[in-house]
Amino acid sequence: MWEYSEKVQEHFFNPRNAGPLNEANAVGEVGSISCGDALRLMLKVDPESERIVAASFQTFGCGSAIASSSALTEMIKGMTLDEALKVSNQDIADYLDGLPPEKMHCSVMGREALEAAVANYRGEEWKDDHEEGALICKCFAIDAVMIEDTVRANNLSTVQDVINYTKAGGGCAACHEGIEEILAKVLAERGESFKPAQATSPVAASGKLSTLERVKRIQQVIEQVRPMLQRDRGDIELVDIDGKTIYVSMKGACAGCQMEALTLQGVQQQMMDALGEFVKLVPVRATTPAGACVTPGA
Amino acid sequence: MNPIYLDNNATTRVDPSVVEAMLPYFTEQFGNPSSLHSFGNKVGMALKKARQQVQALIGAEHDSEIIFTSCGTESDSTAILSALKAQPERRELITTTVEHPAILSLCQHLEKEGYTVHYLKVDGKGRLDLDEYAKLLSDKVAIVSVMWANNETGTLFPVEKMAEMANAKGVMFHTDAVQAVGKVPIDLKSSKIDMLSISGHKLHAPKGIGVLYLRRGARFRPLLRGGHQERGRRAGTENSASIVALGAACEQAMSHMAYENTEVRALRDRLEQGILAQVPNAFVTGDPDNRLPNTCNIAFEYIEGEAILLLLNKQGIAASSGSACTSGSLEPSHVMRAMGIPYTAAHGTVRFSLSRYNTAEEIDRVIAAVPPIVAQLRKLSPYWGENGPIENPEQAFAPVYA
Repeated sequence: MWEYSEKVQEHFFNPRNAGPLNEANAVGEVGSISCGDALRLMLKVDPESERIVAASFQTFGCGSAIASSSALTEMIKGMTLDEALKVSNQDIADYLDGLPPEKMHCSVMGREALEAAVANYRGEEWKDDHEEGALICKCFAIDAVMIEDTVRANNLSTVQDVINYTKAGGGCAACHEGIEEILAKVLAERGESFKPAQATSPVAASGKLSTLERVKRIQQVIEQVRPMLQRDRGDIELVDIDGKTIYVSMKGACAGCQMEALTLQGVQQQMMDALGEFVKLVPVRATTPAGACVTPGA
Repeated sequence: MNPIYLDNNATTRVDPSVVEAMLPYFTEQFGNPSSLHSFGNKVGMALKKARQQVQALIGAEHDSEIIFTSCGTESDSTAILSALKAQPERRELITTTVEHPAILSLCQHLEKEGYTVHYLKVDGKGRLDLDEYAKLLSDKVAIVSVMWANNETGTLFPVEKMAEMANAKGVMFHTDAVQAVGKVPIDLKSSKIDMLSISGHKLHAPKGIGVLYLRRGARFRPLLRGGHQERGRRAGTENSASIVALGAACEQAMSHMAYENTEVRALRDRLEQGILAQVPNAFVTGDPDNRLPNTCNIAFEYIEGEAILLLLNKQGIAASSGSACTSGSLEPSHVMRAMGIPYTAAHGTVRFSLSRYNTAEEIDRVIAAVPPIVAQLRKLSPYWGENGPIENPEQAFAPVYA
């Protein structure tokens, strides 16, 4: 059974704001019956202030889908539409004290229903731009479609590339067979064949790096991973280097994220590959202004 | 409130007498059965007895046809890979669309290695078309692997007949019988089945022990090579405590066979009728007239299975579901899809699988618990109106991505 937080269970067993909302003037419907979850979000918006005075939902789906819907309605009640649109799927997950990686899509569905409802209110057409595939990387909840699209768009050819661009495979490494299969397929489309990278990447042997070169490489790795973390509303910063210990600060959504340890592990592996030596990545706490990015209004 | 376990097709509780039988083999009877001295010798005798107990349950002609393995999956892989190794000129396999992943994943992998796999389709009740099967049998086929009973619906396949058809064409036949052994009578010596897989934990033995039945004379290539254990057909020091346990469990299953097919079956029918009488828009999946006595699989339309399970679990009732969420993928159960069960129902399937430990009181508690749970979830569902499913649910609720 899934490891649901107390809060997820509580919202599932006692969902808030469930059922039809007759006076709704903003309705968003997302999901599909084939995938096993679908959500209708109904809002009553005050036309003067654009403030959400009532929100309710109807959901066909699993425990976390129902809990995410319930959480979303609680979070956005009283917000203006513009404020509500700032609520991300990560905020919904945070509100519920986290969701298992396989279930993050439930919070995504909530966020999309919100966009669809606002678009509906404003008379715009909302287009879903995301398609889901089979879950490949369970550490970071990355699906096959996302990996395949990224490989294609960026001409990637190694598992390490995929880790760098999507994070998929950067944790426990159990999904590398699946990633290799996707690479082989896409490479075959462009007339190439997949060649597994050497076990150890051809980097300078340990001890050969000058201190300056070493620091540069460490900075390079940090810069490489930052865009991916920023995409998830997180960030990482280099704090200090003390011999084999590298101190970093995790920021935004990364700080205290339930997958922080895995993220660090992935970055640490990339450091070791880049430096050709063993290093340890240690997170330092509380260097960010408290709550800078962590769930505004939650 | 005592918990109620209705998930016996997933795994079973180890019978107390089975635990008692196996315990000495962790302590005083710790010897290696291959050793010459008395420590090993006694264990060797115990394994021999266990082999005969398994033999009796499945009606094998010889006890040497029983090979102990670590699990049903190992038995399945050993059987299929052996047939391919022993007959390298044969590059085709026949199986069904509704097999357990232990077979399906292996077959999909073999396709990547260049083998051709024929997947027999099933109809709306999960039944095979034997004419389609007959046409596929040829000297290009290395092995047919068809489950005896389906784990999700309990539907039984006519494996004895299919084995005869394969045998007449000179094709080897394997059956994954992990759900059937101990629940339906099996007599292998009067069949043409070449190989059969058993999993201990499905019949009140511990996890981590399985059996591959291998008909004497059937060509075989081991999966694990090494020592001479299991006559060189499965190397690796024997899991003696669990083997003894499996033997004891097989003896228990033999003596409870009639009970399983009368009392357990009656409880299952009572549960099924009790639920269907109260819950609208619910139906039994699979072939109700030809299935395991302990299994019932009910589709509750317009709601999702995991949510049902969570609410059942809150009341101490354990069952399982074929919904996407519980399968860990985006698609509902492949068995439900193969039978053409619509998505509105496939995601809401719940499997109740009983055992000889269940009581009438338990069944009545479940019959009382299910209807309010279904009603509660339907209240939340966008596909359900005041008094029933909304008309044309697919149109009335048309989400942006479908």
